[in-house]
Amino acid sequence: MKLASSRSLPAAVAGLAIGWLAFCVLVWLYGASPRAMAGLVFEGTWGTSYGAGQVLFKATPLLFTGIAVDLALRAGLFNIGAEGQLAVGSLAAGVIGAHLPPGTPALVALPLAVGGAMAAGALWALVPALLKGRFGAHEVISTIMMNRIADSAIGLALGAGGLALTGTVRTADVASGARVARLETWFPSLNGSAASFALLFGVAGTFLVTGSYRRTRFGREIGLIGQNARAMAAEKVPVRARLEQALVISGAIAGAASLGTVLGYKGYFEEGLGAGAGFGGLAVAILGRGSALGLIFAALLFGTLQQGGLAVNAFVPKELMDVLTGVVVCAVALADEAFARRAGMASSAPTLAKVGTS
Amino acid sequence: MSAFDVIVSGTMIAQTVRMTIPYGCAALGGVLSERSGVVNIALEGTLLASALAAVAASHATGSALAGIVAGVLCGATVGLVHALLVVRGRIDAIVSGIALNLVAAGGTRFLLRALYGSSSNSPSIQGLRFGDGWGLLARTVFDPFLLATIAIVAAVAWMLRRTRFGLRLRACGEDPAAAQAVGVRVVGMRTAAVALGGAVTGLGGTALAYDLHQFQAGMSGGRGFIALAAVIVSGWRPWPAALACLAFAALDALQIVLQNQTKLPSQVLAMLPFVATLVGLVLVSKRRGGVTRAPAGLGQHAD
Repeated sequence: MKLASSRSLPAAVAGLAIGWLAFCVLVWLYGASPRAMAGLVFEGTWGTSYGAGQVLFKATPLLFTGIAVDLALRAGLFNIGAEGQLAVGSLAAGVIGAHLPPGTPALVALPLAVGGAMAAGALWALVPALLKGRFGAHEVISTIMMNRIADSAIGLALGAGGLALTGTVRTADVASGARVARLETWFPSLNGSAASFALLFGVAGTFLVTGSYRRTRFGREIGLIGQNARAMAAEKVPVRARLEQALVISGAIAGAASLGTVLGYKGYFEEGLGAGAGFGGLAVAILGRGSALGLIFAALLFGTLQQGGLAVNAFVPKELMDVLTGVVVCAVALADEAFARRAGMASSAPTLAKVGTS
Repeated sequence: MSAFDVIVSGTMIAQTVRMTIPYGCAALGGVLSERSGVVNIALEGTLLASALAAVAASHATGSALAGIVAGVLCGATVGLVHALLVVRGRIDAIVSGIALNLVAAGGTRFLLRALYGSSSNSPSIQGLRFGDGWGLLARTVFDPFLLATIAIVAAVAWMLRRTRFGLRLRACGEDPAAAQAVGVRVVGMRTAAVALGGAVTGLGGTALAYDLHQFQAGMSGGRGFIALAAVIVSGWRPWPAALACLAFAALDALQIVLQNQTKLPSQVLAMLPFVATLVGLVLVSKRRGGVTRAPAGLGQHAD
């Protein structure tokens, strides 16, 4: 599998063209005007400073979950569990934030809340990681199961566990020191949009993670494991441990996405907050694979789709954008494969299978 | 009535058997797809899409049979798309599965609003009418969907073992390059296998929707994923996969039957099937080897 390499630009462009085509066809089939709807999408997103802010707000958790999935993907693992890891991470951020004394300075409160969220996300990823490393259970199945378990476990913790305010499904407000300020405090023109400085943490995190792929031993090792685990095992790299670590770190990063949901937006955790961002992160990682700019672009793209969906929702169901996300993911993957084959690069077939016929 | 009485009651058994049908169909779809060498996590989306197709067709025509046909055809279509993307387009099967599940989840909600102006559920449909006035036992045992599911399990088991098509299908799953070398058209076989698996899964989606007499957004509820786990736990074999589905269905039924019977928070019961899946994966890995291994060519291309 060609998991470690990054996307080619023409493939991304081709994928987007197909996505645009799908948008037009679906809107037209629904009986609306593609031109008018595209206008609405633009106005609701990049056309106004508020809209642009909302796109940044939507893109923030996507960026975190995107790098989370990307890191695991680098090692050849599909972390479909970012959704659940983000959910338990958000719960942890909310609970820790709410239990801090009101006057806690930000320098203490924020690291505590984020650290707790990352620990919770890591813990949630630890189960599939151990199942993978110790028992060989495929991480796709186990991470999906952990997503479902997270749903119930969070409901349980909020309800029976008494973490929610009585009669609600939300935690108390987090201490003000644990809040991440909104971008509009510096850029008043964002006009009340919910974008926060969490975005900057996300961008920094993206460069940190993608930079580590080349600059750290761990990063290089998981990249090589993703390409050829057997060869790395022969090189005495502890493959099993690296895979487990990659998945746990991936879970921690997904947990950190609560910066954009709990700490940067609501100021408390409630059931369902940030839902969908984990699956969106899969799309971000598949599109932006391995490159910081690619991941940021992908997060902005899918953030635009989400916000654009809200802008047209009165005329065309916003779920249109979920369909488009799936179409774009497929189209980009297809185009990438086609371009790679035309360029005469190695196809995605494992070498062993290729030797058999050529 | 104590909780124990409820567990061994006829309702519980009937509920379990009914719940097994969508699981079983999806698992058989998974067996067909994966034994041919194509990983299929799109089972979840297939169940969901075919459930809506069945309800929409049945609602539009008033005929339960039309709904079944639509559900099966829709399932086959999703399977075909997955096969085209993975086998011909050569994109990663997990990527394709994720994308198809996303399209199915968003697309069904989209269509729900387009067709019925609702974001949560369709109008109710009659479903399949049979056995008016029969007892609970007879209605459970002679449920046409159950009989069809059992027939399909038997047919798939026989086909994989005894027929030329089945042997070739397995050859594609075990060693696509070798199969290709002896003249099996790997691409065609796999496309057929995944589409056929999609059709079987589509029957499961239809049964799911008919059971509730309507379509509800997200009604597949992870059953496709659990079915896939059942396939893995059972070593990619039809009958054991069906039995594993029965076990998962029992946990599902437990949750419904016990809902008002115990003081346990509902979430504890809701978690059960998923926790059981994880436990099952661990248990099966302990005795991995022999018959319970994955098809060797799973995810590989012929050239």
